[in-house]
Amino acid sequence: MEDVFVIDVNKLTKKFGAFTAVDSISFKVKKGEIFGFIGANGAGKTTAIKMLCGILIPTSGDAVVSGFDVYKQSEKIKKNIGYMSQKFSLYEDLTVRENIKFYAGIYGLKSGVIKEKTEFILDSLRITEAGNRLIKSLPLGWKQKLAFSIASIHNPKIVFLDEPTGGVDPLTRRQFWKMIQSASENGITLFVTTHYMDEAEYCNRISMMVDGRIAALDSPMNLKEKIKADTMQQVFIKIASQRVILN
Amino acid sequence: MMTIKYILQKEFLQIFRSKAMIPIIFLMPLFQLLILANAATYEIKNISFCVVDYDYSNNSREFVSKFYATNYFLLSGYYTSVKEAEEELKTNKSRLIIHIPKDFEKDLLLNKNTKVQFLINAENANAAGLIMNYSMSIVQAFNKQIITETVNYNTSNLQSGIYITYSNWFNNLLNYKTYMVPGILVALVTLIGLFLSGMNIVKEKETGTIEQINVSPIKKYQFIIGKLLPFWIIALIELAFGIILGIIIFNVPLIGNPLLIFLVASVYLLLILGIGLFISTITETQQQAMFIAWFIMIIFLLLGGIFTPVENMPDWAQTIDIFNPIAHFSKMIRMIMLKGSGLRDIGESLMLIGLYAIVMLFLATIRYRKKT
Repeated sequence: MEDVFVIDVNKLTKKFGAFTAVDSISFKVKKGEIFGFIGANGAGKTTAIKMLCGILIPTSGDAVVSGFDVYKQSEKIKKNIGYMSQKFSLYEDLTVRENIKFYAGIYGLKSGVIKEKTEFILDSLRITEAGNRLIKSLPLGWKQKLAFSIASIHNPKIVFLDEPTGGVDPLTRRQFWKMIQSASENGITLFVTTHYMDEAEYCNRISMMVDGRIAALDSPMNLKEKIKADTMQQVFIKIASQRVILN
Repeated sequence: MMTIKYILQKEFLQIFRSKAMIPIIFLMPLFQLLILANAATYEIKNISFCVVDYDYSNNSREFVSKFYATNYFLLSGYYTSVKEAEEELKTNKSRLIIHIPKDFEKDLLLNKNTKVQFLINAENANAAGLIMNYSMSIVQAFNKQIITETVNYNTSNLQSGIYITYSNWFNNLLNYKTYMVPGILVALVTLIGLFLSGMNIVKEKETGTIEQINVSPIKKYQFIIGKLLPFWIIALIELAFGIILGIIIFNVPLIGNPLLIFLVASVYLLLILGIGLFISTITETQQQAMFIAWFIMIIFLLLGGIFTPVENMPDWAQTIDIFNPIAHFSKMIRMIMLKGSGLRDIGESLMLIGLYAIVMLFLATIRYRKKT
């Protein structure tokens, strides 16, 4: 199991006109890994994720996600991944149960399975009594946890999380990361972008993006050692401000 | 198939989640029919007019009385000079001045030839034309009466030239409501199809949920069917409700086959939904979509022959109307409802909008991408 790579990216590039959002990035992600994607706003994280999810066509380079090519087999990729975007992705005017049913349904789950999954999600998030409440009436933290559960409802091999904890309180963030860790223990690969450096510590490996390039890629511990910093916060500030390339 | 079922279920839940939706769906046709069918008429009644009578004779008074004897004209007053009377036109108190010159009676009786002047406010050219026509028919009737009285003969013996008699087919009482109701139903169905469908997909873009759909394995056609079918069904139910109201409240005849109306409406709605979908693919916000939908809707409506006959329009406008769905649908629905036309009579128009629907849906489908 050690050497199974579920994401293999080679010189992936995306240009919007003259602007290069993602500049020839290369990396591999192992099965079950929590892979952190860190960088300042506008560093190209979201663009990179969109290409890997098959909703944005790269300008050049290669990427294979879950064994499928992002250019030719994007619809096959979509069956094998879950995605939770920074923009809120549940339907505000539907209830918790209705949202679960809809997303499970469009991934082709059978209605018996959907019922089981619904109860399981409500139970594990401890929101059974809120099942018939509209999403818009829920606190943000609940919504984000629910969105993550829904993004992984079809047992995807990889779940992409684009700033999943933006604006969420520290306690809920910690609970959220527990969910991420237990998903990883179940063999799901997690590809996470975040702004919170304390969250970066939870990742197995971190790729730090600066201006569309990967400036550093290693485990949090190694990064701190290399850059002689105590926290990931310091690592980030040093790399992002001094444009240090650590490869 | 199962995927479409889940999309449909979600769409219907969302549409009817807002409590205002069901009342709106059933009140909208009721209000539109009650207000528009009664208000949008070409008839003019109670035309106020004033008189400047320099003759002041029996015959001049008799002539004027012919006007206010009808319920089309309403006498607002007598003036002693045309100048004074002109004020009435300027202040919109009167729309017509009848100016009777001196010696009106004398000329009439001695020379069998006399003159009257009509001054009509022609700000609204259409209305002015109608006032003119009404006035002319009163003059004609007056002529006939004078001839009968003075010569004292039976009129029929005097009739020379051609007298025109009318028989109005398919709407023999020239009831404007009969004409307007089918047109208003067309506007109603178009409104629902174009706006609800156009707004719907753009709303998902605005809230960001479209991205979640795009990363899922939903197929393009599944998404589009799931999005369009609910509005197709709702618009057809609206149409049925509107037709029933039209028949009950306005006694609009339904001579043709009701099923044919629904066949035409089904095809028509595919076209309108296709246009709505296309709008939603070229816009990013509901505001933009609303603006474009209105722009198109106004053109379709005003050129569509609901309010003014297409035949009155200049050639270039009639050419544009080939691409105006409302022009085809309003023509077909009137033919079926008022004339009892069958499939053979409307076949060509039906084929045309069918073809048009395929083109629009095709364009919208290739414009809608799951990728950027």
